[in-house]
Amino acid sequence: MEPEAQASAPALELRGIDKRFGPVHANRTVSLSVAAGSIHGLIGENGAGKSTLMNIVYGFHRADAGEIWVRGRRVEIGSPQDAIAAGIGMVHQHFMLVENFTVLENVVLGAEGGRRLAGSLAAARTGLAQLARDYGLDVPLDAIVSELPVGLQQRVEILKALHRGAEILILDEPTAVLTPQEADQLFRMLGRLRAQGKTVILVTHKLREIMAATDRVTVMRQGAIVGEFETRATSPRELAEKMVGRAVLLRVEKAPARPGATLLTVRDLEVRDRLGVARVKGLSFAVRAGEIVGIAGVAGNGQSELLEALAGIRPPSRGEIVLSGRELVREGLDARARHRLGLAHVPEDRLRMGVVAGFSAQDNAILGYHDLPAYRRGPLLDRAAILAGCGKKMAAYDVRPPEPGRRITEFSGGNQQKLVLAREIDSDPRVLLVGQPTRGVDIGAIEFIHRQLVALRDAGKAVLLVSVELDEILGLADRILVMNAGEIVGEVAGADATEEKLGLMMAGVKGEGHA
Amino acid sequence: METYTLIVLLLAATIRVATPLLLAALAGLFSERSGVIALGLEGMMLGAAFAAAAASAVTGSVWLGLGAGIATAVALALLLAFAGVTHRGNQVVAGMAVNIMVAGLGPALALAWFNLGGQTPQLEGAGQRFLALTWPWADAARAAPFPGLLYAELLSGHNLVVYFAAALVPFSAWVLYRTRFGLRLRAVGENPSAVDTAGISVTRLRYQAVMISGVLCGVAGTYLSTAASAGFVRDMTAGKGYLALAALIFGKWRPYPTLGACLLFAFTDALATRLQGVALPLVGVIPVQFILALPYVLTVLLLAGFVGTAVAPKAIGAPYAKEK
Repeated sequence: MEPEAQASAPALELRGIDKRFGPVHANRTVSLSVAAGSIHGLIGENGAGKSTLMNIVYGFHRADAGEIWVRGRRVEIGSPQDAIAAGIGMVHQHFMLVENFTVLENVVLGAEGGRRLAGSLAAARTGLAQLARDYGLDVPLDAIVSELPVGLQQRVEILKALHRGAEILILDEPTAVLTPQEADQLFRMLGRLRAQGKTVILVTHKLREIMAATDRVTVMRQGAIVGEFETRATSPRELAEKMVGRAVLLRVEKAPARPGATLLTVRDLEVRDRLGVARVKGLSFAVRAGEIVGIAGVAGNGQSELLEALAGIRPPSRGEIVLSGRELVREGLDARARHRLGLAHVPEDRLRMGVVAGFSAQDNAILGYHDLPAYRRGPLLDRAAILAGCGKKMAAYDVRPPEPGRRITEFSGGNQQKLVLAREIDSDPRVLLVGQPTRGVDIGAIEFIHRQLVALRDAGKAVLLVSVELDEILGLADRILVMNAGEIVGEVAGADATEEKLGLMMAGVKGEGHA
Repeated sequence: METYTLIVLLLAATIRVATPLLLAALAGLFSERSGVIALGLEGMMLGAAFAAAAASAVTGSVWLGLGAGIATAVALALLLAFAGVTHRGNQVVAGMAVNIMVAGLGPALALAWFNLGGQTPQLEGAGQRFLALTWPWADAARAAPFPGLLYAELLSGHNLVVYFAAALVPFSAWVLYRTRFGLRLRAVGENPSAVDTAGISVTRLRYQAVMISGVLCGVAGTYLSTAASAGFVRDMTAGKGYLALAALIFGKWRPYPTLGACLLFAFTDALATRLQGVALPLVGVIPVQFILALPYVLTVLLLAGFVGTAVAPKAIGAPYAKEK
């Protein structure tokens, strides 16, 4: 160990990394230098080449050209094993854990040290106790991984890397699966790692995280680096512009709402899950024409169950839902009947409930509306009409590339979501239920989707927006209901809402004007 | 007294029938735990049965026969791994292809080499076959029903392969749960990405697992043609490879429960043999065909209703490819 040499040399330096996947130029001669003992952000939209670059550093892919230098020494990284040997660890977006193994077994896997397990497990147990003391990384070592909450699973991934002696830790979109609180916890933990001299590379597309957690930030667009800043000396607006390549509105401009008649009324709604546990506990609220009502809350506080009950996917155990005078629950109207009454639904989990992954864009564009006369010719589908309809939607909602025959999974998340939104809004609903409209969606598309929701409101429709992104709720909702543990703990007018106020309520502190 | 002897003999037969089943099931266990579907057990066993009998007949050495059996089964295993792991082919199709190929190739080669109508020559004597070993005082002990008869029939009186198979169960459990290889094997069948990112080669691990299954099938096939009978005949595995697979699933991919499943299947098989032509109270003589079908009917019933939540290795049948 030569502290002198280490202090001067960057922890990681990439020189001219170039990578193509067939026709896709994923990385265009990327050069990047990461200072030792810092948290370095790497930001860019989906598909900007961030993950490819980091996968090259971790030996998952091999660069076509370019050099990797670690602490002033050139290294050849052809496999994860090389990367581990060079002191690089990576926490992938989708965890690389064996779910039915214990935490200890997961940490030991690949770093056993001997042919027999007993010794390796005992040694790892001691080592992990030390890591837990040093970094506050407490995890129950003998718990089965699949039984741990996501936040703890991520901790296991970090432990895995540290146990292998990682000095440089790469985290790829680490907060995608975390609640805001868990994310804050993670950032505090990263701060502790930095304090102990580790280097952290944080890959994300969320501006807020970059601003909150990093020392420096590098922006990527279309495979190339388009800017590098001291985090303190930049702003979210500047970063967003660099990412997208043009000025973007982080907040949608909208006129004050002019609410009209009540379109959707919910009374004393209770929803139980498969195990019989009440997830929604006697909710009552109303949504009026011409307003966006936002439901804020940490994920898993009953929002999903509420949405599904309203949409007719999950039967409530008690309560009433009234949609323009009709009693949905009492009349036993299912999702399809509710559709016909003017209730459209953009589900939270796009790939599971919003689209059929194996279908083309045009087939996805008529899901649930396939029996409309417009798409039918007698008992058969009218393919020409479907094609034309999808083409029209793609043009109106700026879905790129505008190819109706392309498989839906070949579109980016943002374009998939635009198509789903087009499908639901085109059905001319009176009430639109939207769950996490911008999850996995890039900034440019977020702006577009938000504008569409506001336009729908201005056209006199009722919008119920469920989102775990506070920014989104704050930017769009005219009225905000905060959910905690299946109950509405507070209601705030959109204009008066602040992050602090909502955050307190989300944590369960009851607010004023309890609904 | 008579019933007692009958039961002991029935149990002894169970052990003999269970042996190839157990070997094949453990072969399947290693393969499937690594994430490779073991549909080629039948073919590997049949190939080994033919090779072992042929080599033993020609050289006069059952040990060379065993070597030939293992070599053949391992070669077939390599073929399966090449198709299903290296080239990410459909493992079910590859397994079936091997089964069908061997079913035809074995008798064809036998006909060409020995000209005995698709069989190998009759194997004779201790040199060419694995014969039952008699433990010390076994014959003397037979006179005393308990525990003498148990000792003579259940512990003594089997061939080497039977003891090998019995020892293999705790050994497999030890390998699977107590060694580094076992940890990696279980991991690669659940989440190959985790293994890859941990710096371990998924391909190499799966090749190792499939080759182990080849070796065990080799032993199982050798047992069929040199111990259980005296030579190779067409289709002599008679679906044991599939039955072993069923036992593996019934045993939830764990060594000891799999042993239990094999013993259960073998017991019904032994019982069926015993029941042929025997008049039972109330029902009278049951047709042979029905009795022979009993183990298979039982298999279907067990698999359909009584397995409970058998959770297969999560990555089973899915060839591993790095995502972009």
